[in-house]
Amino acid sequence: MAEKFDVIVVGAGPAGTACAYTLAKNNVSVLLLERGEYPGSKNVMGGVLYRKMMEDIIPGFYKEAPIERPIVEQRFMMLDKESAATFSYKGMEWGKEPYNNFTVLRAKFDQWFADKAVEQGAVLVNETVALACIVENGRVVGVRTDRPEGDIYANVVVLADGVNSLLAKSLGFHKEFKPDEVALAVMEVLKLDKRIIEDRFNLEGDQGCTIEIFGDSTKGILGTAWLYTNKDSLNIGVGTMLSGLIKHKLKPYELLEYVKTHPMIRPYLQGTDQQEYLAHLIPEGGYRSMPRIVGDGVLVVGDAAQLVNAIHREGSNMAMTSGVVAAETIIEAIAAGDFTEKTLDVYKRRLLDSFVGEDLKKYKDATHHFEKYPHYFEQYIPMLNRAASQMFTVDGTSKREKQRKIWQGIGTAGEKMKIARDLFQAWRVMK
Amino acid sequence: MLHIVACIKQVPDTKIIKMNPKTNTMDRSSAPAILNPYDAHAVEEAVRLKARYGGKVSVVTMGPPPAVKAIRKCIEIGADEGYLITDRAFAGADTLATSYSLTKALEKIGTLHPIDLIICGKMTIDGDTGQVGPGIARRLDIPPLTSVNKVVELEQEAGIAIVHRKLEDGYEVIQTSLPCLLSVEKEINEIPYSTLPNMLRAARYQPVVWSVDDLGDVDRTLLGLKGSPTIVAKVWPPEKPKGGEMLQGTSEEQVQRLFSILMERKTLFRDVGMRKGGGPQ
Repeated sequence: MAEKFDVIVVGAGPAGTACAYTLAKNNVSVLLLERGEYPGSKNVMGGVLYRKMMEDIIPGFYKEAPIERPIVEQRFMMLDKESAATFSYKGMEWGKEPYNNFTVLRAKFDQWFADKAVEQGAVLVNETVALACIVENGRVVGVRTDRPEGDIYANVVVLADGVNSLLAKSLGFHKEFKPDEVALAVMEVLKLDKRIIEDRFNLEGDQGCTIEIFGDSTKGILGTAWLYTNKDSLNIGVGTMLSGLIKHKLKPYELLEYVKTHPMIRPYLQGTDQQEYLAHLIPEGGYRSMPRIVGDGVLVVGDAAQLVNAIHREGSNMAMTSGVVAAETIIEAIAAGDFTEKTLDVYKRRLLDSFVGEDLKKYKDATHHFEKYPHYFEQYIPMLNRAASQMFTVDGTSKREKQRKIWQGIGTAGEKMKIARDLFQAWRVMK
Repeated sequence: MLHIVACIKQVPDTKIIKMNPKTNTMDRSSAPAILNPYDAHAVEEAVRLKARYGGKVSVVTMGPPPAVKAIRKCIEIGADEGYLITDRAFAGADTLATSYSLTKALEKIGTLHPIDLIICGKMTIDGDTGQVGPGIARRLDIPPLTSVNKVVELEQEAGIAIVHRKLEDGYEVIQTSLPCLLSVEKEINEIPYSTLPNMLRAARYQPVVWSVDDLGDVDRTLLGLKGSPTIVAKVWPPEKPKGGEMLQGTSEEQVQRLFSILMERKTLFRDVGMRKGGGPQ
């Protein structure tokens, strides 16, 4: 007779583990299934973990979790071919408790987080692939794994199996992604001496810095590149919408190579050794692409529910919150002894009322807008660079004359109107 | 009831481990700890014998507390019980001290449930010596059979086992008395994908943990660094061969080229000739 748990969580990433942790802590019997050799072994993100949502789950986690560096400076680079206009904020309040965010290496962090769930009583089984949900009378009652005697049952199955959720697809919740709903991110971890990192990025001690790079870093395609500091390594990556890569016939690793050799970026990477190469899909379709996330005996969380805020590079925090909200819903369902869609639907309502839903709704048109009008990246960033260059080059021209030239350089009155309209539109989709 | 005990070790994955270029020692933090691959086959063989003859499979290891993970791996394969002996006093043990500590653990396990057969992996991938198995057999005064690649038969009542030992150009069939100790080759079996019930059992499994004091009558001078006469004086990576010429072309061309090289370097050719007891000059 196959074993039965209260809950099976499929996938030990931030969403699944947050869910399993919360359930186990409340004495719910929970099985956490992970396909990788260990949690984190197959997980990828740019590298920034936000403190708030993690701390809602484990207060003071940063004191013992394997974090890399608390971020005290966030730079934003508007990149042209041979120039960059950079905006940055650095604040010492981010360098001490309670901190704002951290860089983490997922292979280490996810493993630690899953161990915490196990400490609470969750049963973690690695190297096991969930192939499909077991459905009886239209209700999800368990999971079929790829192991011999591999069927396992539960009152509720939580699908946290990531961006390309096989199980959500098997239930018909997910359709195949369209290229404009998903971004492809490639990243390298580059080894570099701790001291050199601190000198090169103007940091003291443990402090960290993140750089988001727009414009030429994606050759004008919608997307970003990033450069983050770990303890003794750097994460350099680039992510773009799949549709953009296809349209421009670009290969992601070629784009990453382009970023790495860009004259504005190259100096940061001097003397590094490649340690790892990672690639992953990111669901960036936003609110409009959100699949069905509740059914009889089943909930969908994290990337599998497409909970990513591409504009603000947020995902793991939304994943964690969704995992916790799912767990809380399940705990109530257990108390009521009712695991139907009607009861579990509370999850969806709470999620959409939380910051997760609010942010997804706020930016529901943003990605689509920038995807549709590529001139933000293709034209305006170079324009900004030209303007900065003209303004700050001392060549005997008066400042008033410089301003006049910059204004003229933007184009005719019609073109200026178009830019004003575009900026207004951009403000509208972001507001 | 037949009782088979496999001795296992958690080792760094030497396939991916990095060497510290300054000290020439293994940087253990650079590689995950895994169950020694040879030992997995030892456990699998024990599990197969249990399937054939009934009984119970235990595993024992000496190591730091995280070695529990290696024991869980054995439970996944199908072992019934796991024993971890862990104590600061064991630290720094060479193969002599390790075999002593494991012998003490095996003696204690034997008092709980008499042991019919001990199976070890051929060697560990971090030490490569293959000495601990035979060392245990010597201390327990039971026959050690190394390089075993097949267990033909096991007769607990008659107290005999028949096994194949791998030789350079074949194998020998050996009958031995029980209890005995086998150290096994990888080829002895293939490890199947574990069942989900075994995975679940392993995930929850807590092994029996013993310190030195739990092992009873132990001579502490024989443990750990103190009990280890071997010292690693120096470690260095093998020197990479420099230069050389790769022979190209068809077999015939390569032989021609090799022949002319050997002819050119007459000294080498003469040496070869001399060793053979006078060949062509």
